[in-house]
Amino acid sequence: MNIPQALKYTKEHEWISVNGNIATVGITDYAQGELGDVVFVDIDPNLQEVKQHSNFGTIEAVKTVSELYAPCSGKVLEINKMLTDTPETVNIDPYGEGWMIKIEITNPAELSELLDDAAYSQLIGE
Amino acid sequence: MKRTTFYSIHKNLNAKLVEFAGYEMPVQYSSIIAEHKAVRQSVGVFDVSHMGEVFVRGEKAFDFVQEITINDVEKLFPGRVQYSAMCYEDGGIVDDLLVYCISEKEYLLVINASNIEKDFAWMQKNNSFDVELINASDEYSLLAVQGPNSKKIIEKLYGKELTLEYYHFLQDKMLDVEMIISRTGYTGELGYELYFKGDEQVATKIWNALFEAGKEFDIQPVGLGARDSLRLEMGYCLYGNDIDQTTNPLEAGLSWITRLSKSHFIGKEALLLAKQNGLKRKLTPLVIEERAFPRHGYTVVFKSKEIGSVTSGTVSPILEKGIALAYLSTETLKETKEVQMLIRGREISAQVGRLPFISK
Repeated sequence: MNIPQALKYTKEHEWISVNGNIATVGITDYAQGELGDVVFVDIDPNLQEVKQHSNFGTIEAVKTVSELYAPCSGKVLEINKMLTDTPETVNIDPYGEGWMIKIEITNPAELSELLDDAAYSQLIGE
Repeated sequence: MKRTTFYSIHKNLNAKLVEFAGYEMPVQYSSIIAEHKAVRQSVGVFDVSHMGEVFVRGEKAFDFVQEITINDVEKLFPGRVQYSAMCYEDGGIVDDLLVYCISEKEYLLVINASNIEKDFAWMQKNNSFDVELINASDEYSLLAVQGPNSKKIIEKLYGKELTLEYYHFLQDKMLDVEMIISRTGYTGELGYELYFKGDEQVATKIWNALFEAGKEFDIQPVGLGARDSLRLEMGYCLYGNDIDQTTNPLEAGLSWITRLSKSHFIGKEALLLAKQNGLKRKLTPLVIEERAFPRHGYTVVFKSKEIGSVTSGTVSPILEKGIALAYLSTETLKETKEVQMLIRGREISAQVGRLPFISK
């Protein structure tokens, strides 16, 4: 199982990479494996802002559907448009090209409650 | 949880295993979409050993099967298979099944894994023909080999040309294993099902031989996930989703197996009455053009009024569209070919389609 050390994680299986005050968010390798073939990443293209723990979209796989939760609050800077036509990118490259949204972090203190790689790997029983 | 004789093979292939009808079964090996396409384009192998096998033997085996199933057993002869169903007195469905005619005094009924106990009890309860009922479900392994290249592979193992027609079977040895080779399946593709007894060693021998013979066709193991999307693309019913004790075969689109002209069978009176009164609802194929995918339980509305709910839904890997089956009122269907499905609070347009969803 691929759980990069440089990232932080949520209990809902999102990852977040923080670069200055910009956060990039996606779902983990474990999550994409559990979901199976991703066929649709449904994020409102007009989404402006997210609150920590709030639902920011839905991910549809062949067998199941799962909600996406924001790891932190902030202004939505970008939504990964590539996933509209090639949602399977989430399966192929969950930590890279398969990212979902970029957020301008408004409350850095929230980041302290995120899991590190060790805690996340424990969560999924690796 | 029960395991089939192929359990170790699934484990070694890193299949994702789930509980299904009391069995630990592979839901997918690599990807549902890839496995689905392998079956449509070349060939795939499914372990469906969890299915139930009940043998009916006796002087009046024919009469018994004729009484408990809705299709006409008169049409069968040794070597012929028939898709059928068992109904309750009120016309609700006990199970859908395959009827194999071994002889006029011996039939094999192949039933859904989740219904084995219920079905067997129902058969025993209605055995007024003094037939012998043998539940051999735990003794049989069952592999479905499905796809346009399936025939070439089975012939390699069989060592002879196979002239089996659709829904016919033969009993013979293959790789020294006594087997029922049946030209059946639930995918809509050319395909065969292999029934045989024996332990893990026997099962492994057959599995390995199939994969060796299928190498040139890039044969793939296929899990229950793709089994579901393959059958849904064809519009085939799944017991527990599209049909159950609360639905009758006429509204489920199974009037083609409901032989109301038979002198008698359990449920006939209720079904005749239902037909005379006119069907209130019909299992209806729906297609969604937008990127939104139907799921079991989603509500179907028309003019903002609820008119039914989705019994089976998925994204069709071949059409790359959402496809679903839903019971809709026949009144509404007279009025419109376009309804809406409630998906996460939004009304998404769904077109009434035709079965099969994919053109064959």
